[in-house]
Amino acid sequence: MSGIVNWAVHFFMLDEGPLIWLSDFLIGIASVGIVVALTYFKLWKWLWDNWLTTVDHKKIGIMYLIAAVLMLFRGGTDGLLMRTQLSWPNLHFLNADHYDQIFTTHGTIMILFMAMPALIGFFNIAVPLQIGCRDVAFPYLNAISFWLFFVAAMLFNLSFVVGGSPDGGWTSYPPYVENAFDPGPGENYFLVSLQITGIGTIATGVNFLLTILRMRAPGMTLMRLPMFTWSVLITSIIIVFAFPVLAVCLALLLIDRDFGSHFFTISAGGMPMQYVNLFWIWGHPEVYIVILPAFGIFSEVVSTFSSKKLFGYSAMVVSMIAIAILSFIVWVHHFFTMGAGPGVNSFFGVSTMAIAIPTGVKIFNWLFTMHKGRIEYKSAMLWAVGFIPNFLIGGLTGVMLAVPPADYQYHNSYFLIAHFHYVLIGGTVFGVFAGLYYWWPKMFGVLLNERLGRWHFWLFMIGFNICFFPMYFLGFMGMQRRVYTYPAGYGWGVINLIETFGAVLMGIGFLVFVLNILWSARYGERDVTGDPWNGRTLEWATTSPAPHYNFAIIPQVKGRDAWWLMKQAGESINGPKGIPFKPIHMPNNSGRPIIMCAFFFIAGAGFVFQWWIPAIIGLIGVVVTMALRSFEYNDHHYIPVDEIEETEAAAGRL
Amino acid sequence: MKPSGRRVRSLFLIVGLSMLALAGCNDPKYMPVLSPQGPVARSEYYLILWSFVLMLVVVLGVFVIFFYVTVKYRARPDNKDYVPPEIEGNAKLETLWTVIPIIVVIALAIPTVAVTYKLVKPPKVDAATGASTAKTLTIDVVAEQWKWVFKYPAQNIETVNYVNIPAGVPVDFELTSAGPMNTFWVPALGGMEFAMPGKDLKLWLEADHPGSYEGRSGQYSGRGFSQMTFTVNSQTASDFAKWVKQTQQSAPKLTQQDQEQIVKPGTLSHTLTFSSIDPQ
Repeated sequence: MSGIVNWAVHFFMLDEGPLIWLSDFLIGIASVGIVVALTYFKLWKWLWDNWLTTVDHKKIGIMYLIAAVLMLFRGGTDGLLMRTQLSWPNLHFLNADHYDQIFTTHGTIMILFMAMPALIGFFNIAVPLQIGCRDVAFPYLNAISFWLFFVAAMLFNLSFVVGGSPDGGWTSYPPYVENAFDPGPGENYFLVSLQITGIGTIATGVNFLLTILRMRAPGMTLMRLPMFTWSVLITSIIIVFAFPVLAVCLALLLIDRDFGSHFFTISAGGMPMQYVNLFWIWGHPEVYIVILPAFGIFSEVVSTFSSKKLFGYSAMVVSMIAIAILSFIVWVHHFFTMGAGPGVNSFFGVSTMAIAIPTGVKIFNWLFTMHKGRIEYKSAMLWAVGFIPNFLIGGLTGVMLAVPPADYQYHNSYFLIAHFHYVLIGGTVFGVFAGLYYWWPKMFGVLLNERLGRWHFWLFMIGFNICFFPMYFLGFMGMQRRVYTYPAGYGWGVINLIETFGAVLMGIGFLVFVLNILWSARYGERDVTGDPWNGRTLEWATTSPAPHYNFAIIPQVKGRDAWWLMKQAGESINGPKGIPFKPIHMPNNSGRPIIMCAFFFIAGAGFVFQWWIPAIIGLIGVVVTMALRSFEYNDHHYIPVDEIEETEAAAGRL
Repeated sequence: MKPSGRRVRSLFLIVGLSMLALAGCNDPKYMPVLSPQGPVARSEYYLILWSFVLMLVVVLGVFVIFFYVTVKYRARPDNKDYVPPEIEGNAKLETLWTVIPIIVVIALAIPTVAVTYKLVKPPKVDAATGASTAKTLTIDVVAEQWKWVFKYPAQNIETVNYVNIPAGVPVDFELTSAGPMNTFWVPALGGMEFAMPGKDLKLWLEADHPGSYEGRSGQYSGRGFSQMTFTVNSQTASDFAKWVKQTQQSAPKLTQQDQEQIVKPGTLSHTLTFSSIDPQ
């Protein structure tokens, strides 16, 4: 009996102290609260019918974004815990083990479970509307992608309170993460949950590639695509090429850990450095997967709020293609210090610098889009304008890092930390916030509050600079990343304290954003026009939020900025008056994606804890649900004409 | 090229000094990367400065355009009726801002490649003193969990968590690891290099003068990683020779027991010295 109790205490980490007890308490309270609320308000059926089984790209996009904001909170809390621990020399707020787990989950969550779902959320929200179609190419697969991401995120977060989190860093280099040095389930959580979300991401890549290539409205040639859609097209191609490498890399390491093979161990001929190569062959394209869609968002926002078409459209497209190609030939710059030799280092150094050229072209094109425009500083535009100087600093310090001999000094130092936070926050996170303020009315039919939006922007942006700019100097002072504490006497203490203050400001900025969401839901200005920003692309041609079928009649596109042209010509989105509506073919909702992903979760937990019976049950469940899909004949329905007429009449488009 | 080389160097100096002034201190103890104490760190420092100058020019240029555009073309109540022109692009301007970055990249790439090749070889001539450094010293470095072990094969000496080197002599650190990966980093003397199991990576470092420099691991390797620090003591040639002799005579031999203590995962707050490198 006491054996079982001891096992359970250890398994649920109750011997780890108050941090875990508090987390258990909060998770318990939140879960009970959600269940009670859903039951009390009789919302279970609503939840199941409208959200959990949906294949509608607009709802899937909203779910992605809700999950991403929650994960931003989780990752941000990790960041604040780290900043607290580092704010003064020799602190013992966290011990080494906890700190190691927290920096690992911070990085992993921010990249894989915050940046990725936020951007994929925008793919879903905007792309089908921008190209004038009714859903993605494979709506059912789209739902599977989302639920794969969701169960992977849940599995990963569970590690904090069950069994222990991974502690090898988000890069998770062997041999440290092999069983010999890092036993326990923690690292398996990392490998399994990334594997599961990675499968979903590959499916998303295929889905949006095909959606954009095959489902554009008539007249929407490739060179008339909105720039965000272009960025999604290119990102999807990168995903399709890069993510399978991650899948292989994670699988090999998991086989090492679960089944005792020696791909990356230090004995029996294993080769740890091969992992590093594979990881970054995915990892570098990955950073462009999270930045190119943000570039796309900025292109839309800058053009809309300057009331001008995007400057140098073709150059923008060409430079994104150039960035995509270069992203696959720079991966060695993550390990110039692994002795690859001067020839290899020189090649990868110069190829990395070359990325500055197409990126510079884009920066100038944004500036000249604003030039001679009439710039309205709405919240979305503040993020886009704030992005330019911050990302510039991040990008140019990236060029400094591309110099191999200089990189020997920067590598793994706080200079590097400063650089990638400048590009990932200044680029991706700013882009996500810009996108949220920009598309919020399209998603919910409500505008976010501008005054709170300005507070959010300035608090977050100033806090961000206070937090991360001094890190460049910490790098020169010799502080290396991932130390959980440091001795006094190096002059690092004061700088770290200032940074912690900046991090707190960012946290307050985030809270203002949450307040804005809550305030606007209750009191926010309703968007009755469907086009609150005087937009240029087709998503603004329809109601906010868009009707289930998006467009009653598929629009005819006559040029770039299709909706702008229609407005100039005084045309309706439904074409000339009197065109009769036809019944619209739409996919049916299905509960199978979420059930299938629940089996993925069971299998994943099995692989994490090496419980082979659940693992096998889970995998069988996945295969069975997938097979049953083949026998699902009743998978679509038609929206009758009178229902369309009713909706269109309500929107004033008849 | 000579005069322009000198001009470039004085430019380095000016910008370097202003950077240090900005940082508020130029003590090598506080800004080791920016106050190099040896030829390797110095060539890296010059590249850092050169890349910084180039990037600063770009930043300033873009910031000027940025503030001009964002202030001048902001929406005001009095320009409500202004209808912005629709501009597709401008071939001349677009060519300009493609060509300028290309020039900047070339200006950075050439010295980058040159120094990358240079650093593979030992620093032959000390740029500061002009002294010839024909003879070199080899030290094998093993990253243990979580301590640094230095073996002097020619002298048959082993030290833990500190290493003594003669000033002005290029030292060939042969890096490897007995466990997880680490990087060997002495910021005042030069950039880092990985210590990986199953590999011997070479890192040339040299100290100009006698002095004591902090070293640490840059690659996270587990619980004790933060304490995985060491000291590099640079000594005059005669002091170093004296130390070698003394150690060989008076330090204990490395025993099996000592070796087990070193290999066992854990941190070590003090240093160790042995007069042999193979456990007996």
